[in-house]
Amino acid sequence: MVVQALKDQGVEVVFGYPGGAVLPIYDEIFQQNDIRHILVRHEQGAAHAAEGYARSTGKPGVVLVTSGPGATNAVTGITDALMDSIPMIVLTGQVPTFAIGSDAFQEADTVGITRPCTKMNWLVKDTDNLGQTIHEAFHVATSGRPGPVLIDIPKDVQFASGTYTAPKQMQSHYAPKVKGDAEMITALVEAMEEAERPIFYTGGGVINSGTAASQLLREFVDETGFPITSTLMGLGAYPASGKSWLGMLGMHGLYEANLAMHGCDLMINVGARFDDRITGRVSDFSPHSQKAHIDIDPSSINKVIHVDMPIVGDVAHVLEDALRIWKSRGRKTNKAGLEKWWKQIADWKAVRCLSYEPSKKTIKPQYALERLEALTKGRDRYVTTEVGQHQMWAAQFLGFEDPNRWMTSGGLGTMGYGFPASIGVQIAHPDALVINVAGEASWLMNMQEMGTAAQYRLPVKQFILNNERLGMVRQWQELLHGERYSHSWSESLPDFVKLAEAFGAKGFCVSDPADLDEAIMEMLAYDGPVLFDCLVEKHENCFPMIPSGEPHNKMLLSGASTSDAIKEGGAVLV
Amino acid sequence: MAALKLKKGLSKHSAYDLKDPNAEVIETHTLAVLVENEAGVLARVIGLFSGRGYNIESLTVAEVDHEGHRSRITIVTTGTPSIIEQIKAQLGRLVPVHDVHDLTVEGPSVERELALFKVEGTGDERVEALRLADVFRANVVDSTLNSFTFEITGPSDKIDAFADLMRPLGLKETARTGIVALARGEKG
Repeated sequence: MVVQALKDQGVEVVFGYPGGAVLPIYDEIFQQNDIRHILVRHEQGAAHAAEGYARSTGKPGVVLVTSGPGATNAVTGITDALMDSIPMIVLTGQVPTFAIGSDAFQEADTVGITRPCTKMNWLVKDTDNLGQTIHEAFHVATSGRPGPVLIDIPKDVQFASGTYTAPKQMQSHYAPKVKGDAEMITALVEAMEEAERPIFYTGGGVINSGTAASQLLREFVDETGFPITSTLMGLGAYPASGKSWLGMLGMHGLYEANLAMHGCDLMINVGARFDDRITGRVSDFSPHSQKAHIDIDPSSINKVIHVDMPIVGDVAHVLEDALRIWKSRGRKTNKAGLEKWWKQIADWKAVRCLSYEPSKKTIKPQYALERLEALTKGRDRYVTTEVGQHQMWAAQFLGFEDPNRWMTSGGLGTMGYGFPASIGVQIAHPDALVINVAGEASWLMNMQEMGTAAQYRLPVKQFILNNERLGMVRQWQELLHGERYSHSWSESLPDFVKLAEAFGAKGFCVSDPADLDEAIMEMLAYDGPVLFDCLVEKHENCFPMIPSGEPHNKMLLSGASTSDAIKEGGAVLV
Repeated sequence: MAALKLKKGLSKHSAYDLKDPNAEVIETHTLAVLVENEAGVLARVIGLFSGRGYNIESLTVAEVDHEGHRSRITIVTTGTPSIIEQIKAQLGRLVPVHDVHDLTVEGPSVERELALFKVEGTGDERVEALRLADVFRANVVDSTLNSFTFEITGPSDKIDAFADLMRPLGLKETARTGIVALARGEKG
């Protein structure tokens, strides 16, 4: 019945790992060909692969794992999906109903453990409820603010036969509001007509809302001529080559984006959540602006930053209404104000905040990404990342022209996300170029998935910026802990080329900037999984940087004096 | 912002001007949460409070509509106005939650609590306890030669007052239900 329900939901791929408590479902999977099962090497990998699949397709990812350790191993991936609002359905096996509570073999209180890290979860004790629950789970995961849901299915419930509920008969009272309040949208349009220094601040909500939302956003931005910046999660909603693009904002965002946020008089937040990586010191966050906030989740509004124009609704619906109202009122903007504003922004851009000291001897990580960008531009490209310096550099130096092309762990910041996510992306887009920009430490956290990549001959390119350090940890220790680099170096690293070969994949190791282009071209030409060990400058810091506890206008640029940058109050922040 | 030469507070519409001047005042609110009566729903609500660091002063829960599978959770919570707003929004987005009512701001409401007190004593003290119980309209629901068990219903402060009076008269054990509340008026 589980497999039937998944088919009826249009599921094509399931990422999973079998075990005792899910054997009946695996038996069903064995006897059909509609749903493809991808065998991962660890349940965390299954969850991240499903995230990559979901993020790159807009469809929910499906995970199937066993009880006990199967479920607990998936918890990190589930939490990651919750933080980044990724639709995901996790099916876990459970010990038979009569054994629940007896500390049975491989028993864990899965619904208890995952209650705070799912949008909703269910323990199904009666086979008759299984169909309804699975269909409701898809509805909940994909409606409103998307998120992971989990269904725990005891083994006896899997074995028993019962009455199946078809998707059409599914009942659910869960129906989040998608239309924004018309009066508030009109107020926003009025503010847009008058604003001298407006800015669009967009986030992952635009991507989650679907491609229509990105289209509407592009039209709105281009028609109004307002500058636009985006969070890490929202990259690609507006094209990086667009004329109004300021680049990413936030802790490692661009100088011009952060100063524009600080100095604006109208901030239009579209599907972002005023995360602490964005706001810096909350009391000094954009102190002179009126703020509008479009979000489908009412609890996001006024959570961190008090806003003047809260609009609860789906981004695409609200943008459509706002655009229509703005056009019907005569497409007005404050031209004189905007001209001055862009002039100011041009001055900030002239600072060239991403510049770095080039080197002929060692590969600078920024240079490696510049070359990767140049050599893959225009291709059907998807990028995933792990977490750390390389992630921020990738966000700064790679340009995204379309939504759903950039998969990264934003909210939870999960090292080990990128490799399995790249597998999920490649499964969804077999012919596309999929690159995981990684650090060597993050990559090792889920390196077992080399087995998966090799088994399914997935040509995922693992582009490892290897500085033999936990780069971001090292950077913080330099700034915050008197250069005492406690356990932030990667001792006993494997030989990545041999490691690749051991899995039947291809390995490259490059340390000379002069060899970089050719090696990247070789990597791109190779039709199979690649481990690209790019040995980079070991002590490079990621700039610009807003030290924790500081406001946007206190950014550190490269080469700036970094000693004492973080004050006592900021030191306790993460 | 040196580059823009802006003075703080220049804009009339800054979000910071909109803050309630008493924003940091801790308020007490009574929330009525109507939920689907299903396994784990109470854990979900309580987990939200503990996970996000909100306070629970009192909590009661019981099924109120058997046919419709509805339970009513009454929560008394404290926090600044913005925290209270967050609590309501966070409760509202839980999937099994149908409705959240803030009885403290949605007009007048009736709040009641039931308590049982076991008071041990002899002689004058015993007589005095019984006399005070009469004043407070508390009922005797159990008695021995040396003790009374009183049942009292009312707003929490009345119950507090009764408990204070019973303490010197031999109060041994207390059981309280926590607050249940309904909005006044005919509307449901």
